[in-house]
Amino acid sequence: MTKTGAQILWECLEREGVTHVFGYPGGAILPAYDALQHSKIHHVLVRHEQGATHMADGYARASGRVGVAVATSGPGATNMVTGIATAMMDSSPVVCITGQVGSKLIGSDAFQETDITGVTLPITKHNYLVTHAGDVARTLREAFYVAASGRPGPVLVDITKDAQQSSCEFDWEAAKPQLPGYRPDLSPTSEDYAKALKLIQEAKRPVIFAGHGVLISGAMSEVRELADRTGIPVTLTLLGLGAFPASHPLNLGMMGMHGEAWVNHTIQDADLIIALGMRFDDRVTGNLKTYAPKAKKIQVEIDPSEINKLVKVDVALIGDVREVLREMLPRLQPIDCSEWRGYIDGLKGDAAVRDIQNLPDSGHLYAAHVINDLWQETRGGDVVVVTDVGQHQMWEAQYFKHETPLSLITSGGLGTMGFALPAAIGAKVARPEAEVWVVVGDGGFQMTMAELATIVQEKLKINIAIINNGFLGMVRQWQEFFYERNYESTPLLSPNFAKLADAYGIRSAVVTQRSQVVPAVQSARKYDGPVLIDFQVEQEDSVYPMVAAGAALHEMIRRPNPLVETAEDE
Amino acid sequence: MLKTFVVHVENKPGVLTRVASLFRRRAFNIDSLTVGRTEKPEVSRMTIVVDADQDQARRIEASLYKLVNVLLVEDITDEPAISRDLAMIKVSAEHDQRSHVLQLVNIFRARVVDVAPESLIIEITGTEEKIDRLLEVLGPFGVLEMVRTGIVAMRRGAKSSTFPQAEDMDEITADSVDDENQSV
Repeated sequence: MTKTGAQILWECLEREGVTHVFGYPGGAILPAYDALQHSKIHHVLVRHEQGATHMADGYARASGRVGVAVATSGPGATNMVTGIATAMMDSSPVVCITGQVGSKLIGSDAFQETDITGVTLPITKHNYLVTHAGDVARTLREAFYVAASGRPGPVLVDITKDAQQSSCEFDWEAAKPQLPGYRPDLSPTSEDYAKALKLIQEAKRPVIFAGHGVLISGAMSEVRELADRTGIPVTLTLLGLGAFPASHPLNLGMMGMHGEAWVNHTIQDADLIIALGMRFDDRVTGNLKTYAPKAKKIQVEIDPSEINKLVKVDVALIGDVREVLREMLPRLQPIDCSEWRGYIDGLKGDAAVRDIQNLPDSGHLYAAHVINDLWQETRGGDVVVVTDVGQHQMWEAQYFKHETPLSLITSGGLGTMGFALPAAIGAKVARPEAEVWVVVGDGGFQMTMAELATIVQEKLKINIAIINNGFLGMVRQWQEFFYERNYESTPLLSPNFAKLADAYGIRSAVVTQRSQVVPAVQSARKYDGPVLIDFQVEQEDSVYPMVAAGAALHEMIRRPNPLVETAEDE
Repeated sequence: MLKTFVVHVENKPGVLTRVASLFRRRAFNIDSLTVGRTEKPEVSRMTIVVDADQDQARRIEASLYKLVNVLLVEDITDEPAISRDLAMIKVSAEHDQRSHVLQLVNIFRARVVDVAPESLIIEITGTEEKIDRLLEVLGPFGVLEMVRTGIVAMRRGAKSSTFPQAEDMDEITADSVDDENQSV
């Protein structure tokens, strides 16, 4: 059957199972938008193309399905760059479709022409320039396959205006992907398995790391079985939160720069690390020279280029985490590490007295209180928290106890401020039945707050908790610790967020005391529409513990102990 | 140390950029890179020489494989292989110097491919070391211009590089994506 490239585009998306796309029209993508009227796909009109990519990313992370963003050429495409880089760093399956000027005009500096495949080359898993209608179908099939398979990532498909307009025979079956060099399905050798199993059985002080790969691979029950069967404690990366239930007795919590002190001490004292779907990011390791010096390391990782990139490992099991664990589990015996677990438990006591939750109420509202109360109120529900980047993100990671997978969406690798609000829109579209909470700072919120209009236009029930401390808080914290409290350019003037919400027709509340937190959360949950709560918290609070950039993992700056005057650990 | 990779890639627009961009992005230093056609029209072949240690070489290989258009990567640094560089050297050769230059050309089994009143162009093929030595002895006569292709390399013996054939390509389709992987 003869179809235009634009018609083929939507038909292919439908066949790939796409029900929603996030986009913004413009000249070079207009033929595609014209053909959209005949498609069953729902188009979410964004307010900025960066929002479209974050929404597609949030959609993908909340559901595991490929998210799709659409934009025009030139500025539409370049506005997507930050969202694409965010998806790349966090291995999120996103397909971006951009219009391009007519193929005869390419290279002529035509109006709204940008070499977007050139621009996005280092921040996409793969990208394509399509100049013929006949290539649209095969390219899109390849794009979806590449985005979702192996280690997922963003794929950009740039389609010239004439390729959208011209017609050709459309045959889905014939348009099979042709990817002779792409082999995402790798598995370890039996020698590697044997080596890994031996290391595990001989370990006295082992610890399991669960990262984002566990969630992507859907290996939650396998990780749980691994821990239950062997008795080895588990620690999570930021993006791994939810991969192992927070309430499980073997769950130690989050590792790294703002991980709990006992977790980082555990890592430094361990004799074996079993790293599952994580890549030893610098925020996790601290100084590499002093990192986990006593530990042998097993890394289960689907991307071979991550092996020995930063941390040299003793055994690499290259493959899908779930497949690898399924292979290993029947061959694993329990390990006697009760002494080791007792030692770790001993490390925890000191943290409790420093925990802000246990401090007497000083009348101040702390962000940690807000997060803790939000968690308590929403416990047990199908809740997705979408965080931005900065202090509130770390407090959320510390105080919101994630029990289930895909319950936290956050920008980890790239650390993209402005991510939360649009990503939450994507998450809500993907999982309309879920309760979606945006937890965002006053700085990051103002980067993409234009998407409030998208929430209203799409009639989405999203709850927004602004952790408003009047500062670019994490930068201020670094200035406090490392730049002699020179608060240069971090005090932040914000609009009246309640009035702003009002202008969009969004219900709002302002919270300044702890006693108001729970009623505000309850009221927001009951209300059948979007709600914005402006939590005006303590301005100069800091996230503790903290491993300074480049410091050894066990050298943490601790919250000053109210009973013993110590600011530095060790 | 210098590592030599033979990289088979799909003969498509932009592939060279992807490979070059990878080395830049990961901060690996390319010593030389050549690219050309092969016995198969759909395949191009690159020979890339990089300054890297063994760990880095493994990561380069893995990173190259991540490029969708890369079909096969071989690290032939420690393999028995033939490697050849080609150079054209324009050397100053006045009448009285010319016979000396030509003697050197003969000793090195090089060829004179252009003769002008005051200069010659010499073409030489060989290992990089051989070309370096010819350049060294030509130095005193005055090298006016020089260009080298960078090395191309091939494994010795019958063993040849293999990569998926057309029939294998059919197997790599979207159908082989594990559906379970994509569900919540």
